[in-house]
Amino acid sequence: MTDAAARPDAAGPRPALHADVVVSRGDLEIAAAFDVVPRHPLAVIGPNGAGKSSVLSAIAGLVPLESGRVRIGTRTLDGLPPERRRIGLVFQDYVLFPHLTVRDNVAFATRMRGGRTAARAAADPWLERYGLAPLAGRYPAELSGGQAQRVALARALAAEPEVLLLDEPMSALDVEVRAEMRTELATHVREFGGATVLVTHSPADAAALADSVLVLEAGRVTQRGTLDELRAAPATPYVERMLAASAD
Amino acid sequence: MAGRLSWPVAVAAGIALAVLVLPPAALVLRAPWADLPELLARESVIQALVLSFATATLATAICLVLGVPLAALLARAADWPTLPRRVLRAAVTVPLVLPPVVGGIAMLLLLGRRGPIGRLLEEWFGVTVPFTTGAVVLAQVFVSLPFLVFAVEGALRSADRRTELAAATLGASRWQVFRFVTLPLVAPGVAAGAVLCFTRALGEFGATITFAGSLPGVTRTLPIASYLAMQSDPDEAIALALLLLAVSVIVLLGLRDRWLPGVRA
Amino acid sequence: MRRMPPATAPTATRTPRRHLAVAAGILAFATASALTGCASTGASSAASSTGRADVAPTTVTVFAAASLTEAFDTLAAQFEAEHPNVDVVLSYGGSAALAQQVVEGAPVDVFASAAEPPMQAVADAGLAVDPVVFATNTLELAVPAGNPAGITGLDDLANPDLRIALCDPSVPCGAASAELLARQGVGAAPDTLESDVKAVLTKVSLGEVDAALVYRTDVPAAGGEVEGIEVPGAASVVNRYPIAALSEADDAAAADDFVAFVTGPTGREVLADAGFGAP
Repeated sequence: MTDAAARPDAAGPRPALHADVVVSRGDLEIAAAFDVVPRHPLAVIGPNGAGKSSVLSAIAGLVPLESGRVRIGTRTLDGLPPERRRIGLVFQDYVLFPHLTVRDNVAFATRMRGGRTAARAAADPWLERYGLAPLAGRYPAELSGGQAQRVALARALAAEPEVLLLDEPMSALDVEVRAEMRTELATHVREFGGATVLVTHSPADAAALADSVLVLEAGRVTQRGTLDELRAAPATPYVERMLAASAD
Repeated sequence: MAGRLSWPVAVAAGIALAVLVLPPAALVLRAPWADLPELLARESVIQALVLSFATATLATAICLVLGVPLAALLARAADWPTLPRRVLRAAVTVPLVLPPVVGGIAMLLLLGRRGPIGRLLEEWFGVTVPFTTGAVVLAQVFVSLPFLVFAVEGALRSADRRTELAAATLGASRWQVFRFVTLPLVAPGVAAGAVLCFTRALGEFGATITFAGSLPGVTRTLPIASYLAMQSDPDEAIALALLLLAVSVIVLLGLRDRWLPGVRA
Repeated sequence: MRRMPPATAPTATRTPRRHLAVAAGILAFATASALTGCASTGASSAASSTGRADVAPTTVTVFAAASLTEAFDTLAAQFEAEHPNVDVVLSYGGSAALAQQVVEGAPVDVFASAAEPPMQAVADAGLAVDPVVFATNTLELAVPAGNPAGITGLDDLANPDLRIALCDPSVPCGAASAELLARQGVGAAPDTLESDVKAVLTKVSLGEVDAALVYRTDVPAAGGEVEGIEVPGAASVVNRYPIAALSEADDAAAADDFVAFVTGPTGREVLADAGFGAP
């Protein structure tokens, strides 16, 4: 947590994420185990209701584990509250703080550790980096979808997380801007350089943002590999259909 | 709009409006306007006004400090089993539906010198509660706290809980989540609740006269002064009532614009 | 006999208690209408509408000073026993507040005040018919049973460390208290000034105050929870209780009958038993 680490361009060696989670959501029990190493993002893909988001919530500590464990490097996160996990989570519809400006949203994590002035100053490089400087004084309700996504990402990364989780980052965007934003997001994820897990139901997102794919169906992992490996040998009808649909 | 109302609805609505508007209107009409400056400058009136404002302000502050956390508990209780949830809700609702004079009697029995707590307070600290300005504030807190709690609870329930989760992932402790996210998000509800709370405290009569008594400058608030003046000097009573009416209207109008914009959108 | 909710005791809402009186009035009006309807068909003499069991029922609504509560409860029961067709509805409170309500149009047939000024206010409004004084009362110190604070006399009322309740000077018992204290040269340090004597008495019987000035008739009325201490000079401050039938009484004859009953031998006896002095 040095000063250097607080800058967007800082990229030291980052630990891997080891997740082995069992959580229940209603009647569905969700079990998934995977490792993610830095600079090789993993896409968790699957149909609606498969439990993808629950896996992210479990890793972030927002829902309790039934069993299993989560580690970052050698650090065990079991029993740690979300605020002490150093895991950044970008929500599906971003969940920005509606009462705070863009600047204060991005400064939020720093603000939790210190004074307001220092936090605002620390937010500046992030605002520059994500092209948000001109929007610094706006409120979330005054932002477009793409702008909101940038704020959400900047807000999460300004907290200096060791692991970044993205929940359906494209789904709240208009179709016209998706391709452009996907490229931009891929750049930011690469720059982050830490272990990254992304939940999506789109093979296109997975292809652009991740190195490998984990397929989750009805709470169970049904296949794992690169997209090419999945194409070569789809393990389930869902995988087959999904890949076929995205080929169009 | 009016054209779409059937006539029985329109008539009933008109009567309802008359029921609400006519009594204050009568107060304004019968007010001794010419003597008003002299009446309002009387020491007994100013004393009651100052006392009422001070106690209602203090009561509102106490309600804020205690009521917001209680509202948070109540909002959280949505996940609780039915029985404790209902008991909690009923406990907060009771003072709302209880005649204030009953509340006054109840407080007298609890905090009076023969009451279980009042006796201890007197034995240990030599403190007696009834017939003090503190008793006025307590009575006001008792009757006005539920207004604040329910206003804030409504705001809490409608606020997106995920903003709290997002704050937690950004390193905010529970207290910080409450202080920097929950509280600002429910600020409009808190403001509305505080206004209701203040006006209710200002108008409090039954619990106060029962529990705190009536002594000029100490426990005789505007409503009590107005009630007593009605027996000896109706003009003064009307002047006091007018003062209460004016304060309520001013507070309501003055704060409305501040809480309505709420979360900027 | 029915008892209306006390007319001056603080109530739950800030709604004036008149509403209760109005509600009772509506009841009385309904009864009176029924009576009128019957009377028009029955051609009996109107010499007296009361005193005969076969006459249609009527109601007499009485506003009486709080200090009269026990005596008037007894009197009303006896009056009803003698006049089976008459229902006496009683409402007690601070005399000044009751007078105010009468002037404002409360549907009342008889008014009994604890002092002359409230009755004068009613008479000034042209509503009281020939008020007569029917009883007198004097003040006494009241202390909780056992006298925990060791009160001995009026001088104790000046002790700021003691908890003292008095009637507000705007009501008769308060005016009398102020006069008595002034005559005895006592600068009282009250903790509360209540709006009627029964409210003062309640504070004593709950043990919330160490001493209070009340009418001597209130002390036995409070049962064993209150003790009285006679004070020197009390005899010099005498409250005179006037009673009058009101000119707007629904049933003037019945109202007059009740007034006559209170001022008559039975009334004298009951009032004397309660500790009131003769007029």
